Amino acid sequence: MIRADSSILLEVHDLHANVEDTEILKGLNLTVKRGEIHAIMGLNGSGKSTFAKVLAGHPAYRMTGGEILFNGMDITSLAPEERARAGLFLAFQYPVEIPGVANDQFLRLAYNTVQRQRGKEELDPLEFDDFVREKMKLLDMNPGFLDRSVNEGFSGGEKKRNEILQMALLEPMLAVLDETDSGLDIDALRIVAKGVNQLASQDNALILVTHYQRLLDYIEPDYVHVMEAGRIIKTSGKELALELEAHGYDWISGDKTRASGVQP
Amino acid sequence: MSVALQHLVNQPYKHGFVTKIESDTAPKGLSEDTIRMVSSKKNEPAWLLDFRLEAYRRWLNMTAPAWQNVHYPEIDFQAISYYSAPKSKKKLASMDEVDPELLRTFEKLGVPMHERAALAGVAVDVIFDSVSVATTYKEKLAEVGIIFCSFSEAVHNHPELIKQYLGTVVPPGDNFYAALNSAVFTDGSFCFIPKGVKCPMDLSTYFRINTEESGQFERTLIVAEEGASVSYLEGCTAPRFDTNQLHAAVVELVALDNADIKYSTVQNWYAGDENGIGGIYNFVTKRGLARGRNSRISWTQVETGSAITWKYPSCILRGENSVGEFYSVAVTNNYQQADTGTKMVHIGANTRSTIVSKGIAAGHSNSSYRGLVRMTPTATNARNYSQCDSMLIGNKCGAHTFPYIQVKNNSAHVEHEASTSKIGEDQLFYFAQRGIDAEEAVSMIINGFCKEVFQQLPMEFAVEATKLLSLKLEGSVG
Ligand SMILES: Nc1ncnc2c1ncn2[C@@H]1O[C@H](COP(=O)(O)OP(=O)(O)O)[C@@H](O)[C@H]1O
Ligand SMILES: [Mg+2]
Repeated sequence: MIRADSSILLEVHDLHANVEDTEILKGLNLTVKRGEIHAIMGLNGSGKSTFAKVLAGHPAYRMTGGEILFNGMDITSLAPEERARAGLFLAFQYPVEIPGVANDQFLRLAYNTVQRQRGKEELDPLEFDDFVREKMKLLDMNPGFLDRSVNEGFSGGEKKRNEILQMALLEPMLAVLDETDSGLDIDALRIVAKGVNQLASQDNALILVTHYQRLLDYIEPDYVHVMEAGRIIKTSGKELALELEAHGYDWISGDKTRASGVQP
Repeated sequence: MSVALQHLVNQPYKHGFVTKIESDTAPKGLSEDTIRMVSSKKNEPAWLLDFRLEAYRRWLNMTAPAWQNVHYPEIDFQAISYYSAPKSKKKLASMDEVDPELLRTFEKLGVPMHERAALAGVAVDVIFDSVSVATTYKEKLAEVGIIFCSFSEAVHNHPELIKQYLGTVVPPGDNFYAALNSAVFTDGSFCFIPKGVKCPMDLSTYFRINTEESGQFERTLIVAEEGASVSYLEGCTAPRFDTNQLHAAVVELVALDNADIKYSTVQNWYAGDENGIGGIYNFVTKRGLARGRNSRISWTQVETGSAITWKYPSCILRGENSVGEFYSVAVTNNYQQADTGTKMVHIGANTRSTIVSKGIAAGHSNSSYRGLVRMTPTATNARNYSQCDSMLIGNKCGAHTFPYIQVKNNSAHVEHEASTSKIGEDQLFYFAQRGIDAEEAVSMIINGFCKEVFQQLPMEFAVEATKLLSLKLEGSVG
């Protein structure tokens, strides 16, 4: 389905999703336009990661209602790899370790897959090596991570950087960063934020899932949403994050009349 | 014996060649008379007949081993025919006559064109009017004094060598299946590398496959004299079908002082269908004797086929400073069962052995590693390092490790490591989120898992083996 407004990148309408037989997402609405940065905040267990995984098509989650339009296209029946190739990227809250698979080989395969999809040039191992080392410099990452197995034995912060490195390589249209800030010390946070800001443009968009205001000091959101019990219950400008920081979530919790999830 | 198995064991007769060449096929069943008949059909010398008969008498007093972790209906050895005249395969006139399914597999494996033709049974000279590869190959070897021929030829042309070495590593009464093989073996390969000769190329059974069928009881003997070295490749990645269900081969390797034998196998016999119907029962005895000082025996195997695999390529490290190696990848899918591993028997001082075993199980299959490391009282300062890793794909398969360690010398050192892992949904999702589909993901994970073993394979073999594994596991995830 083609929407009239081509500036809209993601449109989530009344999204419901289950894990096993428990409903986790209970009618979530969200619209993201190109060039926008959105922050989703909310207590542990409110369903933020679930939302990210449902967007990306994780097989453990079953969508039971609503719709997801990405770039005007209904993606709910697409396999996760097809969604990824369409330009949807998820930086995981807990990146999984893959013993035995060298990071550089993994990165190159991912890169070339996406390049092929876009009808662009694929890189051989030597060309890719140069390319990836440049990207790593921007994130202040040691090239030694190329030879190691994917995420194996990486510290929490190193895993997060490896996620952002992948984002930098794949240049997605929409990136969802799930608590990329947790586990990063302040210097690392600055570096990662700098990397993310460089990638942000008028054509793509970003959803930051976070607990803390701190990340938003470095990556300035256009909208801040608060999630509770599987829905977005409040949406506002970036000042909302500061209020949450000052007063906690209690002061909005329960007041469902303010729930909207759709930007004014 | 179940009706189904009886049916399978009897399959060669379905094609009706029995009636056509009645006189060249032994009646079913095993007796001294059958053995005398096999031996006389092959014009064998008396000492070889005696070897067969002794094995047979021992076999009569043995029972089939039952300790392995595999299950199958009892085999009726009287329902098998133990001799049929070597028949050349029917040659096809062009590639167009080849089963398209087989061609698709070759395509996926990346088997070179001329090999595809040969493997599919197309007369190679029809398509490639060059001098036969096999002939050039033989001439080159003869120049340096290497003997590489069928076992039957060797019995006639080099009887003194066969007599000297046959049964010295795997004696006629070694175990149930080896005894059976010793009694009734039909053909196989013989390879002799004389003193000081480094074999200039990898020796491959591929060059012998299509000359005749080796039959279900294959016998291989490889001897490397002082300072000689050879790398021998058995099998090929292309699928092999056979109407005989039971295969019981014996391979013997002998390495004298400073000799080096590297034996690589890629086994892809018919594994049965996805419901576990059919498939080869592969009961193999492979053993190398590192007889001389500083000698080395190295086994590398990639086992992907057969319904049942029972196989323990072993090293007897008798010479001082001798080295034994075993690198193995065993893949099972659907209802396949594999019980495989090695034995490292350290006799000489300063002997060293390395075991690297990678078991991969998918579907409803079962994969077991079974290994023995024995340090005898004379094995001063001997060392072993073993690493046994298993990987599971899905929830219905099983992986087991049975390490046996016997140390009778205090200065000997044995190290054993084991791990079990699983390709998880979250790993596959991680790949998928980066645009990589499940098949590519599994192939990447598996290749990483098997890296240490694949590194031991000759280059082209390694590339084919990588593709073979992906093909074997196709559809086992997602
Ligand atoms: N795979 C799963 N199995 C069972 N429960 C799950 C699973 N994933 C999420 N949940 C549950 O869903 C709820 C939301 O979790 P999550 O989306 O991770 O929250 P958040 O990211 O906001 O902390 C929690 O109650 C969590 O326990
Ligand atoms: Mg979370």
